[in-house]
Amino acid sequence: MAIKTNRIGLEVSPYRGSKTTLCAGCGHNAISERIVDAFFEMGVEPSHVIKLSGIGCSSKSPAYFLGGSHGFNAVHGRMPSVGTGAMLANQKLIAIGISGDGDTGAIGIGQFAHLMRRNLPIIYIIEDNGCYGLTKGQFSPTADVGSKLKNGVVNDLQPIDTCALAIELGATFVARSFSGDKKQLLALLKAALSHRGTVMLDVISPCVTFNDHEGSTKSYSYVKDHDDPLEEVSFVPYFEDIDVDYEPGSTQEVTMHDGSKLYLKKLEENYDATDKIGALRRLHETARRGEFATGLIYIEPDRDDFLTQLNVVDEPLATLPLERVRPPKAALDEIMESLR
Amino acid sequence: MSSTDLAVQEQQGPARARHVANDFSIQVATVNGSGSQTANLVLLRSILLMGVPVSGKNMFPSNIAGLPTWYTIRASKRGYNARKKEVDFLVAMNHETAKEDVLTLEPGAAVVYDEPLKLNALRNDLVFYPVPFDKLVAPVCPDAKLRRLVRNMIYDGVLAKLLGIDLALMQQALARQLGRKAKAVTLNAAALKAGWDYAEAKLPKQDPFSLEPMNETAGKILIEGNAAAAIGCMMAGVTVVAWYPITPSSSLCESLISYMKKYRIDKETGKATFAIVQAEDEIAALGMVIGASWAGARSMTATAGPGISLMSEFTGLAYYAEVPAVIFDVQRVGPSTGLPTRTAQGDLLKAAFLSHGDTKHIMIIPSSVEECYTMAQEAFDLAEQFQTPVFVMMDLDLGMNNWMSDGFTYPDKPINRGKLLTSETLKKIGEWGRYKDVDGDGIPYRTIPGDGMPASFTRGSGHNAKGQYSERPDDYVNNMDRLARKFETARKFVPKPEVENVAGAKVGFIGYGSSHWAITESRDQLREETDFKTSYFRLRAYPLTEALATFIDAHDRLYVIEQNRDAQLLQLMKLDLTPERVKKLRSILHYNGLPMDARSITDDLLAQEGYEVARKTTRIVEAGSSGMTGGE
Repeated sequence: MAIKTNRIGLEVSPYRGSKTTLCAGCGHNAISERIVDAFFEMGVEPSHVIKLSGIGCSSKSPAYFLGGSHGFNAVHGRMPSVGTGAMLANQKLIAIGISGDGDTGAIGIGQFAHLMRRNLPIIYIIEDNGCYGLTKGQFSPTADVGSKLKNGVVNDLQPIDTCALAIELGATFVARSFSGDKKQLLALLKAALSHRGTVMLDVISPCVTFNDHEGSTKSYSYVKDHDDPLEEVSFVPYFEDIDVDYEPGSTQEVTMHDGSKLYLKKLEENYDATDKIGALRRLHETARRGEFATGLIYIEPDRDDFLTQLNVVDEPLATLPLERVRPPKAALDEIMESLR
Repeated sequence: MSSTDLAVQEQQGPARARHVANDFSIQVATVNGSGSQTANLVLLRSILLMGVPVSGKNMFPSNIAGLPTWYTIRASKRGYNARKKEVDFLVAMNHETAKEDVLTLEPGAAVVYDEPLKLNALRNDLVFYPVPFDKLVAPVCPDAKLRRLVRNMIYDGVLAKLLGIDLALMQQALARQLGRKAKAVTLNAAALKAGWDYAEAKLPKQDPFSLEPMNETAGKILIEGNAAAAIGCMMAGVTVVAWYPITPSSSLCESLISYMKKYRIDKETGKATFAIVQAEDEIAALGMVIGASWAGARSMTATAGPGISLMSEFTGLAYYAEVPAVIFDVQRVGPSTGLPTRTAQGDLLKAAFLSHGDTKHIMIIPSSVEECYTMAQEAFDLAEQFQTPVFVMMDLDLGMNNWMSDGFTYPDKPINRGKLLTSETLKKIGEWGRYKDVDGDGIPYRTIPGDGMPASFTRGSGHNAKGQYSERPDDYVNNMDRLARKFETARKFVPKPEVENVAGAKVGFIGYGSSHWAITESRDQLREETDFKTSYFRLRAYPLTEALATFIDAHDRLYVIEQNRDAQLLQLMKLDLTPERVKKLRSILHYNGLPMDARSITDDLLAQEGYEVARKTTRIVEAGSSGMTGGE
């Protein structure tokens, strides 16, 4: 039997990474697997991908996927700035940043906020388990009110809803998913690869060691019981010739930057993922019920990304030849004359 | 007040030379936000156009409007650029500080002042020139709202007459300063003329100071160090800039933005060959620089001490992960509110070892605006050659004041991008490892995303020569030792010191940065006034080099001259020098926020050498109070 290759002729192996060192059953491993699937199926050239992270269990995971890509494990909470710099240097790259709920919501909240504002082309994933795993289970800022630690301590501080924050601050693709929902997560990741701008994907990813017990609101069983999908997400990339049949009014169709199509089949009630205020209202409503709204929460496919706003040349700045980055002698002469 | 009772003091006149040409300082005391900068720059440029060497220093508050500001212009036929300790000619425009400003003058100084202040009653050993600014400005500036700005130009006219600057030449300087703003030129030219006419009619010359045409400024430029560094960055081919506004570094990035917008827009597409981002803080600024450099761009940031503190963690990461970064530190006085607009050399120790773990960094230290330009270019080459952060240690005096300089030379070398792995190199070395020391100089080969070369995973402290994750003790030690080896290699490549050994000199000065100008002048003072010979070692970079030990060995006593309290360079030197050499070191320190002056060095040196030094009255401004209390 022939080994399966993708549309650029690569096998899956360059999309895989080294063996995970996270706990068996960690939600983060499932996310890494979906990333491998999405990048393989979308036929992304691994050498054009940069994977970045901050510090924490989540931030270890870029080592476990896309072994053929450059990786950068930055400092705690500061991955957004490193990613921003890298994309400024070479806008041909595809950036995927992996953060955690502490890395984003606590030490990194400032850089997170400003990344969202800039609409930099990057896929920013929060592997969200409501606790600090690598330092043994302290609460993180996404822990829900009333959620209990293993030692019985109950959180009574308001959680930060990273999705609501991202929408408020200007991210143009905001979604929430669950590490256990293979289908939804894969569709969202593939759609993310077709979006030009900031993708903020909060993935609830239970910590099997420190936050999977009775009383935790980020345990597998709690999340399964309180997952409230907004829609059924399916994605058809531009290079696949598939017609999707749907009943008029039942599905929202979104055309992505590269021509791919995202189909959001409505569940229960009318939800419009392009309505910013509606999206925020929905997040507040589900949170009040103690549930998680998952799926594509908000999308704005057409806003200019940061690099377009900066009006930089099409070629990577990093490799422009000297004659294009050093003005001629006449320029220096002119400056000198103006100073005499 | 009539012109006859102006300047002429009945008492004994000042014991000064009858005639002092092209060797004095003018201090203009104003309130910040009053638009005096144009008048000051016009005066500065007029003197330059006369062919007389000149420099200008602004002592300003951390405030937008309403607090005292002093602008000092020094004309020096010998080309001295440092601050002159004594003020010879005061223009007292600030009602709040006028009294103090006058009381601290040396006998024989001249004062142009706003007539209602009646300053002439304060002392009888000065020359006073009262000028009714409000009366003069009204007829030339019918728009009352503009008068506050235009009245400053009147003192330029008065000074032109009193000091002997040709009015037409000053008008030429004015036109140059204001560019194409024709209406403003006309208005200000009228004010100039009004000042000139008033001085001609009412102010007979009583002081000894004058300007006489020379031929010492042909081809010279006037520029601030920050702008000079910005031009250097542009010529170095910088592509990604990230910064956060902080005095006194902001104007470096702001100059860079304006130069880049003019000279680095692609002609065909109208698009920029650069990206400049105002970051959310200094942490993010350096993060962006590191990300950009890692992805292959030439990238820089500029900041001051507080920003350097915030950049500490990222600097350590860049050191360990071996990512280039160019960081301009335009040094100023300490933290938070108070003296952020005053100069210092107080970040040397911190920058040398910034961050946690074993870290040490290359610093390059310009002394002149010309070196700000050339060293900016060297900084990018060194950062890429050594794959490490490089600090360019400037200071407020150098960065924000106006310096006269020769025009800058167009770079004659291509840029050095360091060891970027190519397929030819890969073929030659066989197997590539991100942190492998192939050439024995401690510098590995690097690849950048998208270059088609092998990928690697960049991390902090834990990696082996292949760039794989490792917590093994031997991998860590090997890597740290290689980093130390790399630093040793850097000693051979950093800018070399400038050394002047004087035959018979037992004493040597060791200095760096903006202190250079005061040191040069002090050495002349010592030689001419006391027949005291000194040699001079001007440090231009860290790590230190062998040349320092050689210089120390050639002298009995070495005075390390610094603008900080804790003798920071001397402390750094101690780490490298033998105890015998350390014993020879002494300090001359200046850290009151004002630019260093020659007289302070001369007096300090002579006192330490056992001479009797007649300490002159310390100006109130020197003591640091200077009326700058309150008013925040």
